[in-house]
Amino acid sequence: MSTYAKKKGFGATVWDYLTTVDHKKIAILYLIAGGLFFIVGGLEAMFIRIQLAVPDNDFVSAGLFNELITMHGTTMIFLAAMPLIFAFMNAVVPLQIGARDVAFPFLNAVGFWLFFFGGVFLNLSWFMGGAPDSGWTNYASLAMKSAGHGVDFYILGLQISGLGTLIAGINFLTTIINMRAPGMTYMRMPLFTWSTFVASALILFAFPPLTVGLVLAMFDRMFGSNFFDVAAGGNTIIWEHMFWIFGHPEVYILILPAFGVFSEVFATFSRKRLFGYSSMVFATVLIGFLGFMVWAHHMFTVGLGPIANAIFAVATMAIAVPTGIKIFNWLFTMWGGSVRFTTPMLWAVAFIPSFVAGGVTGIMLAAAPADYQYHDTYFVVAHFHYVIVGGVIFGLLAATHFYWPKMFGTLLNETLGKITFWLFLTGFHLTFFIQHFLGLMGMPRRVFTFLPGQGFETGNLISSIGALFMAVGILIMLYNIIVTSVRNVRVGNDPWEDGRTLEWAIPSPPPFYNFKQLPLVRGLDPYWVEKMEGKDEMTPAEPIGDIHMPNSTILPFVISLGLFVSAFGALYNVDNKDWTLPVMIIGLLITFGAMFIRSVKDDHGFHIHKEDLVNDDDKEVKA
Amino acid sequence: MANNQSNSANPNVDLKYRRKKNAEEMKHQVVTFTMMIFFTLIAFLAVAYDGFSHWFIRPFILLLAVVQVAFQLYYFMHMKHKGHNTIALFLFSGLAVGLATVLVFMTIVWL
Amino acid sequence: MQAEEKFTDATWPAAPEKATLEGKNKYLGFWLFLGGETVLFASLFATYLALKDKVPNADHALAKDIFELPLTFITTVILLTSSLTSVYAMYHMKNNDFKKMQAWLLITVLLGAAFLGLEVYEFNHYVHEFHHTFTSSAFGSAFYTLVGFHGGHVAFGLVWIISLMVRNAKRGLNLYNAPKFYIASLYWHFIDVVWVFIFTVVYLMGMVG
Repeated sequence: MSTYAKKKGFGATVWDYLTTVDHKKIAILYLIAGGLFFIVGGLEAMFIRIQLAVPDNDFVSAGLFNELITMHGTTMIFLAAMPLIFAFMNAVVPLQIGARDVAFPFLNAVGFWLFFFGGVFLNLSWFMGGAPDSGWTNYASLAMKSAGHGVDFYILGLQISGLGTLIAGINFLTTIINMRAPGMTYMRMPLFTWSTFVASALILFAFPPLTVGLVLAMFDRMFGSNFFDVAAGGNTIIWEHMFWIFGHPEVYILILPAFGVFSEVFATFSRKRLFGYSSMVFATVLIGFLGFMVWAHHMFTVGLGPIANAIFAVATMAIAVPTGIKIFNWLFTMWGGSVRFTTPMLWAVAFIPSFVAGGVTGIMLAAAPADYQYHDTYFVVAHFHYVIVGGVIFGLLAATHFYWPKMFGTLLNETLGKITFWLFLTGFHLTFFIQHFLGLMGMPRRVFTFLPGQGFETGNLISSIGALFMAVGILIMLYNIIVTSVRNVRVGNDPWEDGRTLEWAIPSPPPFYNFKQLPLVRGLDPYWVEKMEGKDEMTPAEPIGDIHMPNSTILPFVISLGLFVSAFGALYNVDNKDWTLPVMIIGLLITFGAMFIRSVKDDHGFHIHKEDLVNDDDKEVKA
Repeated sequence: MANNQSNSANPNVDLKYRRKKNAEEMKHQVVTFTMMIFFTLIAFLAVAYDGFSHWFIRPFILLLAVVQVAFQLYYFMHMKHKGHNTIALFLFSGLAVGLATVLVFMTIVWL
Repeated sequence: MQAEEKFTDATWPAAPEKATLEGKNKYLGFWLFLGGETVLFASLFATYLALKDKVPNADHALAKDIFELPLTFITTVILLTSSLTSVYAMYHMKNNDFKKMQAWLLITVLLGAAFLGLEVYEFNHYVHEFHHTFTSSAFGSAFYTLVGFHGGHVAFGLVWIISLMVRNAKRGLNLYNAPKFYIASLYWHFIDVVWVFIFTVVYLMGMVG
């Protein structure tokens, strides 16, 4: 079993990643795939802004513009933000709770490959007759009438990647509940772990309604049912509810882990324990809870009636309370701390005013009567980009710089990181601040162009210039990543020097079994507790012994591939082609066959023996 | 992994005790099952009988269903045993979300 | 392998499904999955309730026209009984009695198959007697989707339990497969829980009008 340290060729590395069940490698897969989709979504955003830079532009046609906005939203939410969050969850959470792996390593890999194939399937629509064009919300009244197969790609692609997300959510819940190290009580868990926990619970309850909604849409479009066909007794509002019962918790699924990242960053670079830890936990849980009873605020103008609108408006505004608690706790964490403005810290500090601005417009939109005025204007676009870019994307960029050394063992260049930060921050506010006013002046969202002389020219031009700044910022970050990887200057356990939590107590990147001996957790910020007593490593909770590890396997890849194949059959089913049914069946056979093999083939994993662990120690000393 | 954690020092005494406890529990399960069938029968009879108004029948058979499901969960699926707090939290959270969905679909979908 | 070591009646743990960390994880993870399934079925119920009796014209059969008490009663009793038989199977698992566990699982499977057979007959009946099909109305779509999803779960459960029985027929119980049997039985109970609501909300309430 001591073969794991061998150098490998390129093919072997690819095979290694295709078959891996190691949460740290899956994290890297999520990061790469999510990053690629982020670039695709970013390109789509650039095309949108180029089209809207000047009035009466014909850079893209109206139809293509619809496809661009649909794919931009869908890609950014489902294929960029979510997987990037999963990347950091996978990389960090097991380390933070002192676990050797996640609860279900196999399912972890299944989750990734399902997401990946779902994303690829969705994006293949560009090359196979046109992308979905009914908006990322895919409202049934538009979507059921959409010509071509674009919407079918949306339905099937999201169905597949949604399954992957659900699996990942259950996996993290089980991991956090069952696999914490000795002494790691719930109220000693780092905030990033807590927010992962709550976000995973939200995934568990929010994704089934999306699954059902997508199934209904799939049946309607591909198999002749009548859920959304008004003439046959159907009702399109059902889709809207299904989508938003999922969709609103989804934004908390995105933002809570970002909150978690910022909590870690603030505490680390203020060299202070997080202010009001228990109220932070409470606020996180409360946001998760309230997140489920506000979905209809996306539907105020549907005409749900004054009572329903009032209930959902009040519930929505209530979310400002726990969010406010968090904002003040972060500010008080910095207060009196010895603050170091590293790149992650810059993102965290910039996040506060940006996100608060998005929160304030959120309260404005939550006022149901006023919402009739804002609805479907650029005011809404400005609002959700302030919370999603100013919250989630800032959080992801902070995490990228903060956790890069833990994932790859190298520290991203700080100067380049700060240049990225300033360009992106400037660009972000240039792009989206002005959109509030464009919206208030009456510019509707989702229109492919506007006429000259209506007062929208300057605002849109500024907005497009801002987008360019953001793009350059991201390019510099990519350059930073390449340069850092080529230089390959290795760093130690705790490259930021002020690490507080367990992940900083072990090598960067950690060995594949994470902890040679499970650590004993003696308080909140366990590594900091040890540091304060003059130690530089954790007190072990067990003697060195054999470590049980799962085997690598290609089955997760095959299971997901089967669904990918099957989706093509379902997609073209309405065209009455002969090959569609066989393709569907073959795909499902691949999937269920692989599941069957998994079920009947015993896979007990293997053990790393005590002696090898001790040998490893020697190697480290030599290196 | 400690495989033998739950057995006492004298396995034979322990075994006898466990067998007895399991048998007792099985008896409870059979009683539970009998009551479930009984409730089902009552629900069907209430619907079959013409004399009741549906204002009575609907809440009545729903109540019977809820009791029956509680039997399933707490007896057949062992939720009455210790160590099911986390599970109950998640199951009932799911139920709450689901019921909110049902409520909304019965009130504000048709306008 | 530790997990495959042979046990005597005395060393067999009281809760074999939770005796290993893998078992504990499976057990908890599966319950969490059932929490998600609760939301899934609630969404399907909600859709059904919103679309119940929504048909394109007056010629269409409604809920009160098509359902029949006797057939539903029989399917219900069959499925409830299969829930009890799977409890018996788990009882014998806890007593380390592999043969009896297999026997009770076999009965469970047979009852499940009978249920599925009757459901197929029932759907067939609706289609031919009442022209109540998946594509005939929103009501039809919602009905077949809800009840069909449940039927699909039953079918999946049958395949699952049968493959567990066949795979482990020769080697008996150990701590590696005990959690697998146990969560399969949990799944089977959950199918029953859903059915209780289906027969109450869809069939009985449908007949009340």
